[in-house]
Amino acid sequence: MFTSNAATLPRIWAAASAGRALLRRVRKNRLAFSGFAFISLILFAALFAGSLAPYDPLTMVVPDRLQSPSLTHLMGTDNFGRDIFSRVLYGARLSLEVGLAVMLVTVAVGVAFGMLSGYFPRLDNTIMRVMDGMMAFPAILFAIAIMAVLGPKTVNVVIALSVVYAPRTVRIVRAAVLAVKALDYIEAVRAQAAGHLRILFRHILPNCLSPLVVQATFNFAYAVLAEASLSFVGAGAPPPTPSWGNILSEGRMYMQGASWITIFPGLAIAITVLGLNLAGDGLRDVLDPRMKT
Amino acid sequence: MTAYVLRRLLGVIPVLALVALGSFLLIHLVPGDPAMIMLGNEGTPAQLEMLRTQLGLDRSLPEQFILWLGHALRGNLGESFFLGRPVSRALLERLPATMQLAVLSLVFSLLIGIPAGLLAAVRQNTWWDQIVMATAIGGISVPSFWLGLALILVFSVQLGWLPSGGYTPLWEDVGLGLRTLILPAVSLGSMQAALIARMTRSSMLEVLRQDYVRTAKAKGIHDWSVIVKHALKNAMIPVITTIGTAFGVLLGGAVIVEIVFTYPGMGRLVVLAVQRRDYPLVQGALLLTSVIYVVVNLAVDLLYCVFDPRIKYE
Repeated sequence: MFTSNAATLPRIWAAASAGRALLRRVRKNRLAFSGFAFISLILFAALFAGSLAPYDPLTMVVPDRLQSPSLTHLMGTDNFGRDIFSRVLYGARLSLEVGLAVMLVTVAVGVAFGMLSGYFPRLDNTIMRVMDGMMAFPAILFAIAIMAVLGPKTVNVVIALSVVYAPRTVRIVRAAVLAVKALDYIEAVRAQAAGHLRILFRHILPNCLSPLVVQATFNFAYAVLAEASLSFVGAGAPPPTPSWGNILSEGRMYMQGASWITIFPGLAIAITVLGLNLAGDGLRDVLDPRMKT
Repeated sequence: MTAYVLRRLLGVIPVLALVALGSFLLIHLVPGDPAMIMLGNEGTPAQLEMLRTQLGLDRSLPEQFILWLGHALRGNLGESFFLGRPVSRALLERLPATMQLAVLSLVFSLLIGIPAGLLAAVRQNTWWDQIVMATAIGGISVPSFWLGLALILVFSVQLGWLPSGGYTPLWEDVGLGLRTLILPAVSLGSMQAALIARMTRSSMLEVLRQDYVRTAKAKGIHDWSVIVKHALKNAMIPVITTIGTAFGVLLGGAVIVEIVFTYPGMGRLVVLAVQRRDYPLVQGALLLTSVIYVVVNLAVDLLYCVFDPRIKYE
């Protein structure tokens, strides 16, 4: 017990200082920095949507319908007189909730099955064939089909998108595990009679984090984009929940006279996904210098 | 060569089997009794029982799968609940339109992506490179349906140059067909164009550092000749492998773009089917698209060994 405690503290210090070093490098990387700035902006909008929104996103004020952007309605109003700015703010909530949830689920599934597949050769073939099968369904269509079966609920959007995007993460973790497993120090740890769990979580997983973090960021981006696409075709979260996709799809009919209904939610999607993509690219440059060109 | 082709062909079988199993099981996740959903509220218990027998719902799940697979292999994907006609007929009618859109989008993304990536790599760290890379990261961040709406607003509503929707088969009128396809293909293909540009660039940069490129340059071969003949050919290898994946993404993504352009493809049919809970149609569309995707990937893999002879000997 004593030895393990004595060993833990320096390890925590080392981890903390590695974290700080990473943060410094991310801050220096212009791509990653601007990406995180965009994400922070959207995160702020989502967290404080309640206080930032000047109107209730669901209240219809029919006399005020289809007003162009002005000081009273920063992004104008839709065909029911709902304030687009407020709806876009609340839409950020849904997008980030779904994106974050999908990211966490895909990472958890990716780590679990990726490690099993990469570490235990006997499971490898079975797991990877199942992943191949899942990836043979075109992503968006697969998600739509799952939504058709499960029904339009936000939690089902998370399930559908996690099923679609987890296999890629499994593959990436598996590849990283295979590479790390072949290194000498794993042999050394094994020679010390360390158990499989200890080797996997203590020695292999920490060295697979770089590709995993990058992939997690991209999964977040895919999920935000896919959530918007699902809501756009009416297979996402059910109305009247404001989501960027369904605001856009409702605004489509009024595009000629009231283009602001479609412009602003689209911009919100683009800024969020751009932020995540920039962050992902930047993280890859920082974490995996070999990839840097 | 034969061994490689054979191995690839055999490798496709388990994937296809899993795709079939996945499509089959999907419908069994539906909460409730499919027969009840089909009949609605009007069904008598006797009718319900009859329909269950007819659909094979009274058998065990493995039995149902074998039965369903047997039908599917013979091209029978069941009856659509709402259209009241065979799913396979309804899908095959719409398939050519979707395939045209996906193929044209792929052509567009290759025509834009490869030269743009090449330019960025050759002029690395110049403003050419920066413009291409900035556009590319923008391209992978903008949703296709939003781009489509913006294109309609500019090119159909404001300028009136191109139609905002509709469909003419290319084999009936090439000119008109292309005109109706340009905007949908650009909105669908731009994300893949951006991805291909990024991949071409990084692959080119990798290759340009190789010794044989330096040797070729040292021999005094003209710059562009080295780039195109020696470097590009090798840099294309990773790009080619992604064409299959890109096609799958386009085939799936067509669903969204077809809605924007009221384009009568499979995607619009699927979205309608989802709204009407027409499960056999959704299932059939998923199965058909995935099989096409797997076959295209196989074809790309086989083509790949033409481009990269090393593969054959592995």
